Amino acid sequence: MDNKERMQLPYQEMPELPVTQRLAGPVEVNRGYSEQQALAEAERCLQCKNAPCVAGCPVDIDIPAFIKLIREKRYTQAGLKIKETNSFPAICGRVCPQEQQCQEKCVVGRAGHEPVGIGHLERFVGDHLIAHSQKPSRAKPTGHKVAVVGSGPAGLTCAGELAKLGHQVTIFEALHEPGGVMIYGIPEFRLPNDIVRHEIKSLVDLGVQISHDTVVGRTVTMDEIRGEMGFEAVFLGLGAGSPRFLNIDGENLRGIYSANEYLTRVNLLQAYRDDYDTPIRRGQYVTVIGGGNVTVDAARWALRLGAQTVTIVYRRSRQQMPARIEEVRHAEEEGIQFQFLTQPIKFIGEDGDVVGMECIRMELGEPDASGRPRPVPMADSEFTIDTDLVVIAIGARVSPLVPIAVPGIELDESGHVIVNPETLESSVPGIFAGGDLIPGEETVVRGMGNGRQAAQSIHQYLIGRD
Amino acid sequence: MFEVISNQQLATDIFELTIKAPRIAQHHRPGQFCIIRAAQHCERIPLSVADKDSGAGTITTVVQAAGHSTQEIVRFQPGDYLLDVVGPLGQPTHIGNPKYAAFIGGGFGAPAGYLMLKALKDAGAELLAIIGFRTRDLVIYEEKFHNVSDELIVTTDDGSYGHHGLVTEPLGERLANGESFDLIMVVGPVVMMAAVAEVTRPYGIKTLASLNPIMVDGTGMCGACRVTVGGQTKFACVDGPEFDAHQVDFRELSERLKMYQAGETQAYEAGPHQCKVEPRYWQVRENDG
Ligand SMILES: Cc1cc2nc3c(=O)[nH]c(=O)nc-3n(C[C@H](O)[C@H](O)[C@H](O)COP(=O)(O)OP(=O)(O)OC[C@H]3O[C@@H](n4cnc5c(N)ncnc54)[C@H](O)[C@@H]3O)c2cc1C
Ligand SMILES: Cc1cc2nc3c(=O)[nH]c(=O)nc-3n(C[C@H](O)[C@H](O)[C@H](O)COP(=O)(O)OP(=O)(O)OC[C@H]3O[C@@H](n4cnc5c(N)ncnc54)[C@H](O)[C@@H]3O)c2cc1C
Ligand code: FES
Repeated sequence: MDNKERMQLPYQEMPELPVTQRLAGPVEVNRGYSEQQALAEAERCLQCKNAPCVAGCPVDIDIPAFIKLIREKRYTQAGLKIKETNSFPAICGRVCPQEQQCQEKCVVGRAGHEPVGIGHLERFVGDHLIAHSQKPSRAKPTGHKVAVVGSGPAGLTCAGELAKLGHQVTIFEALHEPGGVMIYGIPEFRLPNDIVRHEIKSLVDLGVQISHDTVVGRTVTMDEIRGEMGFEAVFLGLGAGSPRFLNIDGENLRGIYSANEYLTRVNLLQAYRDDYDTPIRRGQYVTVIGGGNVTVDAARWALRLGAQTVTIVYRRSRQQMPARIEEVRHAEEEGIQFQFLTQPIKFIGEDGDVVGMECIRMELGEPDASGRPRPVPMADSEFTIDTDLVVIAIGARVSPLVPIAVPGIELDESGHVIVNPETLESSVPGIFAGGDLIPGEETVVRGMGNGRQAAQSIHQYLIGRD
Repeated sequence: MFEVISNQQLATDIFELTIKAPRIAQHHRPGQFCIIRAAQHCERIPLSVADKDSGAGTITTVVQAAGHSTQEIVRFQPGDYLLDVVGPLGQPTHIGNPKYAAFIGGGFGAPAGYLMLKALKDAGAELLAIIGFRTRDLVIYEEKFHNVSDELIVTTDDGSYGHHGLVTEPLGERLANGESFDLIMVVGPVVMMAAVAEVTRPYGIKTLASLNPIMVDGTGMCGACRVTVGGQTKFACVDGPEFDAHQVDFRELSERLKMYQAGETQAYEAGPHQCKVEPRYWQVRENDG
């Protein structure tokens, strides 16, 4: 087959749960390629020599190579190929914004066709590895001990890589279950908990220990970790989980949640289940403010919790929404409405409960620091939205616990930890950091890339001490 | 997994649990709290640390079985294991160097002040404690407060014991008589804390209230605990729980505490609770693998 013929091959759509079956609970919407589909989609890859897709991947997965292995039906090898640079293909295949990364660069896509479904193929081999997983063999112990703080994608990846090198790793996690945002934030209908748990279990099989209910800076101090507990190096993967609010009138009325609280109640604390005690408000007319994945996740959960209408209110327009395109499409299919170019200016309460939201229309102006057009309020365009439940999903900042966890660590003006970009070492020697805690893209895959890079630096650091 | 060492009923619906939690006992400072998730299906419930024994590695908490989740916790008996206890959370009390300080406690909030008073006493302060209860049967921690204060006044709303009336009355009298305090601390129901703030405000006496908003994680990650202090939103779990009582919007706090009163809780009617907790999937037994 020549390239022209390959380009004519039909794109394999991801099989999805029918809309009518979605709202009953957090069942995963994307069902995954069948083997036939994976083989058919793999045929669409042109195997470009210069592989522009790889340049679009934050962790440089050798995409043509793993797709070639799929064509040869060597699925395990395909998985191991990905694992050379990305430990968790089943996770990344599900949550990476591929349309802004590898697939954006795909030559097939650039030629006006649907780009190769690299993410779907990654998920296919990731799931294959999970289905055929074996207990990994442990590396020869080096005798070095490393502490990892936080068990999100950055911390887990770093822990796994260090364990493979034979270092003894303990992860300290503040919550009662490890996984970071992948467990408390991202809903099961996008990323089933069992996938995350499988990956964590495989780290445990490698010898990684996990100490949950452990708030570093409170339950144990950094001095203890580096002193009597004997950890020679530390990786910080505390994320950026502290929610931002709008700072407008009425924001503390009952019925107004941060996305983190709403999603934590429903994901981590299983509020949707009758056999859990966790309370959650189930609004009838729900409004979710923001435009990212978090916004869309909260909105889709609200529908599943029985809302009659769910409206996403975003101050820019659809083109600027940072959310994954697929999620936005799913949200629309499920009946979520959008109010673009709209900014809340005040919440209206009745007896302490939110009943409405005053908004103003925006128009797009000159590009701002992010390169996107700045939304500017339009004069005299105020209007009111009736709502009995509001979820605010306008981003998060670094936890105020960071300076308590690591006294004296240098932070930039936004509160992020400053690191040496080559080594990811912080201002405190022997303490490294990655993921949302350091400045950059807030994605799972970037966190994983940082975790791997930091593991290499920590390995060098430890060897240097031998 | 956290073993319950003892569980004593102190009064109707009020229980004192002592729990093995060595890391919390070691690091706890007065003013800090912990969060307990008793079992898999339970909420994360914030509770003050009423006492601790770092040598024995235990913390003590006094729980009012107010609603479903606190009722779950108080059912745990010695030898049972609570699934999760995390802490110590929040900022420790900034004790400073007061010469004369007062602690005002109300109901099940009173025990939260015990370790604060102990610390103040160690710092050399002269101490007045006023603890108030609805009625005689609900009076708790009298003996313990007696031991750490120079003067103790117990009040009951119905006059069945001690001073007849509210905690604000003896405090107000003292202030009116020209007594002056370097610091007043208050822990208890929101209405009581608000009332104390009003009593001390005209005198400009530094007054700290330990707030009790709804919480989830206790690490600054959710904002459920947000309170307005001096016109600004603060997260009580990381910025507090103690704040300048003269700056706190108590009305908002009491409104926010009603978040789940309209029958929103779908509390699960629990059967006999599990006392032997299985290790979690990421926990390996010593001789595994
Ligand atoms: C709802 C939601 C949906 C998202 N969807 C996507 C998506 O589709 N695709 C994508 O690429 N990205 C997505 N993101 C972003 C992505 O999840 C984050 O970029 C990523 O999880 C960051 O990883 P991390 O390892 O830095 O930290 P986190 O995942 O934030 O984990 C940090 C962990 O550290 C723990 N911790 C914090 N402080 C302490 C302490 N003092 N002691 C001990 N432990 C501590 C926290 O409890 C937490 O478990 C989403 C985020 C959210 C909230
Ligand atoms: C820092 C701090 C220290 C505290 N110390 C103590 C203590 O030492 N002893 C004690 O008995 N209580 C203490 N509380 C209050 C205790 O956490 C609540 O009484 C308890 O959460 C109520 O849960 P419930 O289901 O039993 O009650 P219900 O009245 O049935 O509560 C209904 C729902 O409202 C929520 N809720 C109501 N009030 C509170 C509240 N104040 N905090 C959190 N959630 C609430 C819960 O989510 C619950 O599901 C403290 C609270 C804070 C924030
Ligand atoms: S309890 Fe979640 S931020 Fe305070």
